[in-house]
Amino acid sequence: MDWGLITNVLSAAVIAGTPLLLVALGALVCERSGVLNLGLEGMMLMGAMAGFAAATVTGSLLGGVLMAMIAGIVMSMLFAFMAITLAANQYAAGLSLTIFGTGLSAFLGSGYVGSTVAGFERVAIPLLGDLPVLGRVLFQQDILVYLSFALAVGVYVLLNHSRAGLIIRAVGESPESANANGLKVLAVRYLAVGFGGAMAGLGGAYLSLAYTPMWSENMTAGRGWIALALVVFATWRPERLVLGAYLFGLASILHLVLQGFGWRISTELLAMLPYVVTILVLVLLSVNPMRTRLNTPLSLGQPYRPSR
Amino acid sequence: MLQLERRPLPSPLMQWASPLIALMLTVITGYLIFMAMGRDPLRSLTFFFITPLSSAYGWAELGLKMAPLLLCAAGLTLCYRAKLWNIGAEGHLLMGALGASIVAVELRGHSGAWVLPLVLLAGMAFGAFWAGLAAGLKTRFNANEILTTIMLNYIALNLLVYAVHGPLRDPFGFGFPQSVMFSDSALLPKLIAGTRLHIGWLFGLLAAVAVWVVLARSFIGFQLNVLGQDSRAAEFAGFHQRWLVWFAFLVAGALAGLAGASEVTGPIGQLVPHVSVSYGYTAIIVVFLGRMHPIGIVAASALLALTFLGGEMLQIAMNMPKSITQLFQGLLLFYLLISDAFIHFRLRFKPAVPAPVTTENAMTTQEG
Amino acid sequence: MMPSAVRLKLDSITKEYPGCRANDGVSLEIKAGEIHALLGENGAGKSTLMKVLYGVVQPDGGSIIWDGKPIQVESPAHARQLGIGMVFQHFALFETLTVAENIALGLPAYQSRDRAKLDATIREVSQRYGMALDPRRYVNTLSTGEQQRVEIVRCLIQESTLLILDEPTSVLTPQEVDTLFDTLRQLAAEGCSIVFISHKLREVRALCHTATVLRQGRVTGECRPADVSVDDIARLMVGNHTPLQTRVSAAEPGAPLMQVQELSHRTKDPFGTALRAINFDLRAGEILGIAGVAGNGQDELLRALSGEIRSAAQSVVLAGANIGNRSPGQRRKLGLAVVPEERLGRGAVPTLSLMHNTLLTAYHQGLLTGPWVRYGRVRELALRICDAFGVRSAGIHSPANSLSGGNLQKFILGREALQKPRVLVASHPTWGVDVGSAVAIHEALVELRDQGAAVLLISEDLDELYQLCTRIGAICAGRLSPLAPTSQVSIEQLGQWMAGEFESSDSEEAGHVAA
Repeated sequence: MDWGLITNVLSAAVIAGTPLLLVALGALVCERSGVLNLGLEGMMLMGAMAGFAAATVTGSLLGGVLMAMIAGIVMSMLFAFMAITLAANQYAAGLSLTIFGTGLSAFLGSGYVGSTVAGFERVAIPLLGDLPVLGRVLFQQDILVYLSFALAVGVYVLLNHSRAGLIIRAVGESPESANANGLKVLAVRYLAVGFGGAMAGLGGAYLSLAYTPMWSENMTAGRGWIALALVVFATWRPERLVLGAYLFGLASILHLVLQGFGWRISTELLAMLPYVVTILVLVLLSVNPMRTRLNTPLSLGQPYRPSR
Repeated sequence: MLQLERRPLPSPLMQWASPLIALMLTVITGYLIFMAMGRDPLRSLTFFFITPLSSAYGWAELGLKMAPLLLCAAGLTLCYRAKLWNIGAEGHLLMGALGASIVAVELRGHSGAWVLPLVLLAGMAFGAFWAGLAAGLKTRFNANEILTTIMLNYIALNLLVYAVHGPLRDPFGFGFPQSVMFSDSALLPKLIAGTRLHIGWLFGLLAAVAVWVVLARSFIGFQLNVLGQDSRAAEFAGFHQRWLVWFAFLVAGALAGLAGASEVTGPIGQLVPHVSVSYGYTAIIVVFLGRMHPIGIVAASALLALTFLGGEMLQIAMNMPKSITQLFQGLLLFYLLISDAFIHFRLRFKPAVPAPVTTENAMTTQEG
Repeated sequence: MMPSAVRLKLDSITKEYPGCRANDGVSLEIKAGEIHALLGENGAGKSTLMKVLYGVVQPDGGSIIWDGKPIQVESPAHARQLGIGMVFQHFALFETLTVAENIALGLPAYQSRDRAKLDATIREVSQRYGMALDPRRYVNTLSTGEQQRVEIVRCLIQESTLLILDEPTSVLTPQEVDTLFDTLRQLAAEGCSIVFISHKLREVRALCHTATVLRQGRVTGECRPADVSVDDIARLMVGNHTPLQTRVSAAEPGAPLMQVQELSHRTKDPFGTALRAINFDLRAGEILGIAGVAGNGQDELLRALSGEIRSAAQSVVLAGANIGNRSPGQRRKLGLAVVPEERLGRGAVPTLSLMHNTLLTAYHQGLLTGPWVRYGRVRELALRICDAFGVRSAGIHSPANSLSGGNLQKFILGREALQKPRVLVASHPTWGVDVGSAVAIHEALVELRDQGAAVLLISEDLDELYQLCTRIGAICAGRLSPLAPTSQVSIEQLGQWMAGEFESSDSEEAGHVAA
């Protein structure tokens, strides 16, 4: 084993983990407020498509990223209207968002299949980028990776050290109590869902503007769902989420690594790895159900309507 | 101001009107989309909803698409009644196609009436096995079935792609990722000569009837209902939740597996990577649109089958993207959930501020 | 001295829900420093009225006059700005947060920013009123009584001038009730107005200056509780046509039907209670009562008996058979019937019809042929239950959630009783039930007892326990106190047992008495 290979692999793992991290951070905040949005995949696809289309049309990557986040937010508001205002079943509403987002992105994006943009470039951070191993892995990345670092820290501080975070956690534990305490449950949940949408859009944009700068139908390939599992794996804590995202990133590029070593395993079989790992993670979680239960936002997935 | 207000009792009328309202809204939205695309909206809608059914052949094609949808949806109905969110019909179907193909390729030299049943059984067994994995993960490891079934869908797809690129690839197929053509003894008989409609359609109808009987008359159907409505009551009553999970998943897996087997032994005749045009996912919409009721899903599967035909028709006739099918399906489910809210709620006009109480009427009612 | 200034006036408040008029022209007046009882049986409209006052729901008509000015209470936040504080029966607390965080959430941002200062305030206020609290503790580690203190302290820190307490004593031991009353009297003496919602007449007479009685959404009377008899108030609450209570004849206990031996259960629920080495015999022809403050293992005990929780085989013996590891269905076949605390969502499936809910637990009463359900027989049985137990509904096809609490409870009890159980375990069977239904339920329990069944009654209502039970005990933190004949257990003694004081030598004595 030489260090060069290891740093290359780790660097690639960070890149592969970044879209997961972005989406999962949004989902984490959303779930902490008690709303389970199974529409991540749909919002991501819309973000990927809108981001790519906007970048192609305007020629601005930043414009693409913004458009992706707007698309994510718009999608999430559809979900919020169903799941929060109409108090519909959150599972069904989320699923419908994924199915709808898949269809809509395929339809709207059909004109962009095959076109290309110049994606985000790596930008080394002075000094930090020169660190051995770590510099290459963490600080010679594109700016969206750096943004994901900042967002992870931001979400951590928000949830654990701010009044807003306290309110989000309170609403997620008991919307009834929150309402009785005069907190605006529906508004808090709308904001949390909107944040989740923006992050899913951003995660989608990372795929279509940085990871593989192109658009194709269903290009998220289940990452929205994996992000959901990741949030459970992280027991709804952002610090664990970061670790989990990069581990998944590693799992999803492992086939490239193994092929690099000259292993002759079919690509199709190795491509299953992230999905298999996800299932294994869900199994591992069952070893300590108490830990998961203790950390699960108590009202997660329960529709809430204040009485009038 | 408009206000949502909970109905004292859920509205049975809305329960069944909701799918029709959703369809109407979808058509209206479709009209607007076609207009925005600069196409003639009426002509486009006609191509989508009516032209596919203007010939006997078209109706046969509708039945052809209905078959896998109905088979998958019948099994999912059992699951969803029990609030077991099995999203894995796509994976069960793909595994069913794979299992059936393995046996069909293996038995290529044989003829006889026993070949086809064996092929179909293999499909059902593979589908049930795949669903059984999710059931086991749920009952043994308490793993969320939504996530496991989705992951299993992706794994199944990769397995199938691996199979057609590797072990099952036709050695004389010029490197195309597909199996050899099955022998005639492994193919489903046609229902109507001159069309592609095969007896898989009857399997679908039978499955719907069977699910109906189970839900309406059997104790296990009752238990599934209770589990879905109120899992704590099911626990209190002493129902064996694990058995119920296994039952619902295995039936769903076997039926979706049969759907997959019917695709490869029916219209396709060999294993190819694109066995399914996401029938398994579309079946989810069928179940919701069909009100989780066996009669409902028959009607809903016909409608969703039409969206496939309509999409193809628009692609051929008006050069539109084929993904218009998915768009319409998504819209349909989306509108359905919104109008479903009005099963439990109604809209009421209310003054934004409660009527001001004048001192006068406050005085008169004081001593009441 | 009696206070003078009118703090709050409610004027013909009306609130209608689909299908029911919860408040119908309710008027009342509360002065500064007054402790005002709001009396009424379940469903009389007390809670709705208080939700109106606290801004949780909006009235359809009528007016609220606060310190002389007509106001509209738009939300709970607004109510608190006005100085109205509320202690809910089901606390509005966040279990996974600390005491300080809970209180901070109810305060405006600027008041809660300085955590050290807030901690100091919490300590100071809680001590001044004799309700010591540690602001750093997590709420789920507090006892129910302590959680109530958090709610009260929260109101005090918000400088409430009107405090509403919804059935505050139902979660306390008799001793804790005395402490609470001292606090409330101190508050009133300082000028705070208090609305005390209750249906316990003795407590109201001991504490309150004035009382308003509600029945079916209307005011049926106003009085000074100290000047009138308990029966007079009770008549105002329930009207003239309802019997106030059951006459209970003496029991003639027979042989033990169920033995519970060293029953323990380690909970998997982070917020549950472990059961610790519980022992008791349950005899034919007796009603055994288990008192206790909510959340002390009652639910776990019921589950361990019903089979929802499995334990060691010999830890539960029913009619000679070890059933500790059997499923609920197998236990039912041996003659066990259970009435759980939650009527909707455990005892009955809310959305299913009474007919289907009959099948829920009575399926082994000849209602099945192989895998098929004989719906004809199910219908017959459902009709028989409704007829025998006076269940008022729109028919056996109406969903369970369309019935009133009392009628649904009669249905559930009837479903269990008609299965001719050897042992019936019932938890809080009259909780939230109107007096008429409560009497009917009590009569049904006594009748079962007289037919030779053994009845285990788990309840928080001490009046109910004293009225019905042959023997009585209490559960605290998952341990069972000694059991003794009801006539030999004073309310003080029971209160000590409810507080967990039974490991000293006197528990030995009581044990001998019981034996």
